[in-house]
Amino acid sequence: MAVKVRIPTPLRKLTGGKEEVYVQGGSVTAVLDDLERNYPGIKERICEGDGKLRRFVNLYVNDEDIRFKENMNTQIKDSDELSIVPAIAGGFF
Amino acid sequence: MSYIKALKCRECGREYPKEALHVCEYCFGPLEVAYKYDEIKKSLTKEAITRRPANMWRYRELLPIEGDPTVGAQVGFTPLIRARNLADSLGVKELYIKNDAVNYPTLSFKDRVVSVAISRAREMGFKVVACASTGNLANSVAANAAACGMESYVFIPFDLEQTKILGTLVYGSKVVSIQGTYDEVNRLSSEIAGKYGWAFVNINIRPYYAEGSKSFGFEIAEQLRWKLPRHIVVPMAGGSLITKIWKAFKEFEMLGFVEGIEKTRVYGAQAAGCAPIVTAVKTGSELIKPVRPNTIAKSLAIGNPADGYYSAKVIRESNGWAEDSTDEEIIDAMKLLAETEGVFAETAGGVTLAVTKKLIAQGRIPVDESIVISITGNGLKTQEALQGRLVLPPVINASLKEFDGLVKSLEKKYAARG
Ligand SMILES: Cc1ncc(COP(=O)(O)O)c(C=O)c1O
Ligand SMILES: [Zn+2]
Repeated sequence: MAVKVRIPTPLRKLTGGKEEVYVQGGSVTAVLDDLERNYPGIKERICEGDGKLRRFVNLYVNDEDIRFKENMNTQIKDSDELSIVPAIAGGFF
Repeated sequence: MSYIKALKCRECGREYPKEALHVCEYCFGPLEVAYKYDEIKKSLTKEAITRRPANMWRYRELLPIEGDPTVGAQVGFTPLIRARNLADSLGVKELYIKNDAVNYPTLSFKDRVVSVAISRAREMGFKVVACASTGNLANSVAANAAACGMESYVFIPFDLEQTKILGTLVYGSKVVSIQGTYDEVNRLSSEIAGKYGWAFVNINIRPYYAEGSKSFGFEIAEQLRWKLPRHIVVPMAGGSLITKIWKAFKEFEMLGFVEGIEKTRVYGAQAAGCAPIVTAVKTGSELIKPVRPNTIAKSLAIGNPADGYYSAKVIRESNGWAEDSTDEEIIDAMKLLAETEGVFAETAGGVTLAVTKKLIAQGRIPVDESIVISITGNGLKTQEALQGRLVLPPVINASLKEFDGLVKSLEKKYAARG
């Protein structure tokens, strides 16, 4: 069992072209750390140096924006889905 | 001579070539045009500007195209009127209306952004222009594309005012009406822009497009005889206009054309049925929580504003504030503006005036300092909003006797030559 992470087109260079990957972790932070272990370089594209989510990247846990949940501390369980979605001109990629 | 230096990410500062790019590849932040300000400083003077024709291109050094504008050379320099009647009604001393309800050619401020966007798109070799729009942008893209012989595609939410739809179709634009909100239209448009390689003025051309709004701010400062207003109220949809008015004031100050920007406050106006930026300002939040719009101010119905964060920042930075207005207040304000100043603004103008009233009543805008109200669109385009809101004219036969009876019933007394 693992958490499914959906990768947006501009970050797929870092996942070898994969649209979806599976990693471990019980919170958004933990999932992103495991993502970084598997696909080095990806976390800095999503987070600022201090670990804060970048302003123009949205993260959704099962379609819910984590900014309106507990942000990076939002809990994730196996079988949940984390989507990484760059916010573009009010819309999305 | 071009003064564009590069495109620059507003978030991480990475620079990109001046092409049709709008998002930072690295951090996904929006790109903005950077200028060679040193060179502009050397060559541009107030006197030079004053001698140029009365249109927005008198500030061309500060607008992002390389050659001459190839469409919309006549846009801008709309009236800034001293609104004495409205000032009396609001109980304030020095009130101005910047009236883009009479902008050329499609009667909204969007002609400013579109003439820049299409001129720049042509410089970059695009053959087809497009946009996602809440109505005014649709009109402007369609008209300006027609004027320069380009093909245009316009994507709108299905429930726009008839006038805005007909006023787009008439130019021969291909209009696609989408079952959904503007935010859904915009999302689809982003996908289409990527796939079809068209110049979507407010998507892949956005960094250039948005700069056009600065001319609204430049003109106000020049028309106030090179002074900045103490207070300016601006309607917000995506939040681009308000940020660019502020940028315009800052650029003029940096070039030494005006001073005292620290005294200028910028206020944002939205409809109560779609006020994500106002909410962020009022709650002191950095986050813009998207909403599903429900308002008669359809031109402002953007629930997930692209420049929401930066708008809230400008408002905070300038010590301004933000307010919203209900549909009822919007209609009342449209009538008030028309009755006091003879200016028929669209619903967005109703929003802006209603919010101005509120801010004055709250004491946030003092009554004895200069105030500018930004009127950005024309009431003839949103007449539907007034349906059932005005008393229809009495119908009589062509008879003097009937008219006399009417005058009597109105209890008016006119002398023979009254
Ligand atoms: C009449 C009118 N005023 C103001 C705006 C707001 O512009 P912005 O999206 O730059 O905030 C719009 C945008 O569509 C508009 O049509
Ligand atoms: Zn960046």
